[in-house]
Amino acid sequence: MRTLTVSVVTPDGPVLEDNFEMVSCKAETGELGILPGHIPLVAPLSIGAVRLKRDNGIERLSINGGFMEVRPDKVTILAQSAELPADIDIERAKEAKSRAEGRLQSKQDDVDFQRAELALKRALNRLDVGQ
Amino acid sequence: MASLRDIKGRIDSTKKTKQITKAMEMVSASKMSKAELNAKSFVPYGEKIQEVVKSIAANNPDASHPMLEKREVKKTGYFVITSDRGLAGAYNSSVLRNLYQTIQKNHQSTDEYTVIAVGRMGYDFCRKRGIPVAKSILGIADQPNFSEIKELASETVQMYIDGEIDELNIFYNHYVSAISQQVTTTKLLPITDLKATGSTSEYEYEPNQEQILNVLLPQYAEALIYGALLDGKASEHAARMTAMRSATDNADELIGDLTLSYNRARQAAITQEITEIIGGVAALE
Repeated sequence: MRTLTVSVVTPDGPVLEDNFEMVSCKAETGELGILPGHIPLVAPLSIGAVRLKRDNGIERLSINGGFMEVRPDKVTILAQSAELPADIDIERAKEAKSRAEGRLQSKQDDVDFQRAELALKRALNRLDVGQ
Repeated sequence: MASLRDIKGRIDSTKKTKQITKAMEMVSASKMSKAELNAKSFVPYGEKIQEVVKSIAANNPDASHPMLEKREVKKTGYFVITSDRGLAGAYNSSVLRNLYQTIQKNHQSTDEYTVIAVGRMGYDFCRKRGIPVAKSILGIADQPNFSEIKELASETVQMYIDGEIDELNIFYNHYVSAISQQVTTTKLLPITDLKATGSTSEYEYEPNQEQILNVLLPQYAEALIYGALLDGKASEHAARMTAMRSATDNADELIGDLTLSYNRARQAAITQEITEIIGGVAALE
């Protein structure tokens, strides 16, 4: 089976670099699945989970904004933050979730609303990947 | 001449100061190596994002985006990175002097510029001199992570997109080595230095070029700001380490001088006592 080199880098340092058979992630326009030999591509990513598949299972990562660069044998994900399930602080994500929900309930101006919405998305994503 | 007790007191207090500066030197040395490591781990991200931005710009010479275009400069933004605390030698003063000179040279009124300050020293400096500060962030950790600066960076980029400022310059200390830091001024926005580099591969864009640039360019600018901050932090610790080392050296020298005059004073006192005793004996005979 042919593989792709996947590297995930954030401003705080590289998170992961390894070979996988398939990458699927959530781009801003919808789900994208990348197999080896894909044409060069650049796509922005939304907040979501990235699934990396290889023969002994699937690895999941929580990604928070950024974009991916695809070359035939290499995928680079540049994210503002990225966490492996083991690195996710579930308690903190839960707190962030309830905080964001509270903020969404109370009527506020647009900017705060958007911010709370994003925070909620991030928290849900972390919980989703972490559990 | 100072009394023996006075000199003794000064020697003791200098020794205590020396202990503190010595400790601070060692603390800064360890922080510096960590900060250096942080700056290094940022490099792959910085390089990659630059590579992608450049290759997009190179493949699409007609790509247009507000962040790529020069416009008439009505208001300039200065992004200044300083530390929260002093005791770092010329670290803050050289950046701030450079900033002040630039402002004096290029602007007549305070409407023409604004400062975005990182660190208390820069903030206080601007406030004291009546330089307008649009945004500031104080109390950045010694080993900052991206989320701390993210908000300020994206707000700054937003200021440019909204047309509040028409260019953005960044002032910080570039970390050359442990003993040398250099004040660096870079024009961050508009992004102009995107000349094609070696590897240019044709990309597909999903959904399209314009949207990609909308996402990518702010991220690129934020990454540059974060890179400068990490660089600045490494310089800060290096500058503090050097400053504290020379303070320790000076304390050593001072202690040496004081010990010498202490011994002299002691000897003088002994001599005087002997003279008095001999004088007393002579008077009795």
